Amino acid sequence: MVNALVEQLGNLLGDQMIACEQAFDEVTIEVAKDDLVEVAMQLRDQDGLQFEQLVDLTVVDYLQYGLDEWATDEATGSGFSRGRKDISESKPKWSRERFAVVYHLLSISLNQRLRVKVFIGENRPTIPTVISVWNGVDWFEREAFDLFGILFEGHPDLRRLLTDYGFVGHPFRKDFPLIGNVEMRFDAKQNRCVYEPVSIQPRVLVPKVIRENEDTIYVSDPQSLKESLKQAQKGENKDPVNG
Amino acid sequence: MAEIRNYTVNFGPQHPAAHGVLRLILEMDGETVVRADPHIGLLHRATEKLAESKPFNQSIGYMDRLDYVSMMCNEHAYVMAIEKLMGIKPPKRAQYIRVMFAEITRILNHLMWLGAHGLDIGAMTVFLYAFRERESLMDAYEAVSGARMHATYFRPGGVYRDLPEKMPQYKVSKFSNQKKVDELNQNRQGSLLDYLWDFTETFPDRVDEYETLLTDNRIWKQRTVGVGVVSPERALQLGFSGPMLRGSGIEWDLRRKQPYEVYPELEFDIPVGSKGDCYDRYLVRMEEMRQSNKIIRQCIEWLKENPGPVMLDNHKVTPPSREAMKNDMEALIHHFKLFTEGYCVPEGEVYQAIEHPKGEFGIYLTSDGANKPYRLKIRAPGFAHLSAMNEMVKGHMLADVVAVIGTQDIVFGEIDR
Repeated sequence: MVNALVEQLGNLLGDQMIACEQAFDEVTIEVAKDDLVEVAMQLRDQDGLQFEQLVDLTVVDYLQYGLDEWATDEATGSGFSRGRKDISESKPKWSRERFAVVYHLLSISLNQRLRVKVFIGENRPTIPTVISVWNGVDWFEREAFDLFGILFEGHPDLRRLLTDYGFVGHPFRKDFPLIGNVEMRFDAKQNRCVYEPVSIQPRVLVPKVIRENEDTIYVSDPQSLKESLKQAQKGENKDPVNG
Repeated sequence: MAEIRNYTVNFGPQHPAAHGVLRLILEMDGETVVRADPHIGLLHRATEKLAESKPFNQSIGYMDRLDYVSMMCNEHAYVMAIEKLMGIKPPKRAQYIRVMFAEITRILNHLMWLGAHGLDIGAMTVFLYAFRERESLMDAYEAVSGARMHATYFRPGGVYRDLPEKMPQYKVSKFSNQKKVDELNQNRQGSLLDYLWDFTETFPDRVDEYETLLTDNRIWKQRTVGVGVVSPERALQLGFSGPMLRGSGIEWDLRRKQPYEVYPELEFDIPVGSKGDCYDRYLVRMEEMRQSNKIIRQCIEWLKENPGPVMLDNHKVTPPSREAMKNDMEALIHHFKLFTEGYCVPEGEVYQAIEHPKGEFGIYLTSDGANKPYRLKIRAPGFAHLSAMNEMVKGHMLADVVAVIGTQDIVFGEIDR
């Protein structure tokens, strides 16, 4: 089922498909920004693809991908460090373009799904709109513009959607603080709402950790369990607490 | 000659028919809508961003608060996305319990929709009837999870605990004497399953009652037939799903077409409309309630015969028993690690969709191998439906706007997220 789709995609899209990945019975393809509208048309209309519906459009900001706040790979004599390092001060590990615009497509006639990814850079995050291909994408693109600051070229009405009237910034970017920048209250003297810089402190309740040893491997079928255990033994990355 | 021009009506956000906090800017030509511009985001809580700052399990409670009339269905998608990424599968009994509660939730949602939709159009009685049955199902929620609405009952690896053997009882108070209490407790003598079985015995008759009030009602038909018509082609283009798509005549139900959990083993039908108007969508949802009732009965039968574990025994993901924790050092460590740091999910990305009462509810989860999601995107069915508001109401009268809002089954918790 999935393999047939991958084959079809390879035949029909050719060079326009930069990468194709299969995981968890899902197919992900990567497309260049300039080819997007053309590819989208083909995905919708070609026999064997027929993705009539765009289910979802979203953006992933890879700025802090793979970074953790708490080192777990080495311990001193007194145990692990209790200190948390600020994630925004770590050097980014991600080497590609910062944003990925992700399209989830569904073919109702052929009962198959596809994920299309387009990577775009941070300096001028523009991408052509696909509203002419799937009309329902309107609000999804407005949301992506609002929350991530992605500019959809050719969108007829690219306004903010979810945030407040007059909001500044793009809150779902990884460098936007969780507590925000401004807070609002009603001022009785001036008889209007006033905005002020936030008065609360950001805090992290549970630090983000990444553990790459056998403890993190959860499998239900024994075959892949054996393989993963073998790999873990090779790595000899033992956790002193649970190992 | 007098100057004639369009004028603008501000509908909501505090309008009783706005189903929460919808603000609609309606450009009117007399009493005809020329353009509708919904302003949303008044209930935006940035659930997706909050989830990025918390271990996986701590966000389950947020899922309840998305679509706050179909709580467990939201949890279902989120929990299944985590399970898919980790490659674990809950025990069979847990899957049956989940499906049973997903269908209970579907009935809860459709009852709420029916009551509110009826009330908007002027049918007061349906609302009271629908809430009578909702009450019984809320009690089932409470019996199993302790909360009437925000249950946090589904967990990665199963469900939090097994179904209770005893139902909570009403007690004598200054409002109800012994005789009244005995009457109220009559269907609560056995286990939760007995209680639900009793409910499913009478529920189809209750649906008949609602139908007597509405289906052939002249006013109801005048207000819904031919209103908000969406052709199948447009429904696909606009990203519709669930009853909105089926009302337009496209047979598409994820429970059948891309089955998950134990749906392949269950028998049920998928109702489909033909004209794509509000009335057809009403009929589709009414029939869905009957089908859900059928599914619940099948689940109860299976659950009564097959006791067993409801949670995986993998204590990296699920907590050990309270008793083991008191005696076993390893269990104590597992418990501590699970509730402080949580578990790390392998690197990868998945999209998990379920047939939510409102349509396709999807969770797109990206993990970079940490104990928190790297990115969580919630695909809410109502979001796509509401974005088509302009197209659906254009050319209709002002009063039809209310009918269209009702038929879209809008809940702002999931649209604003």
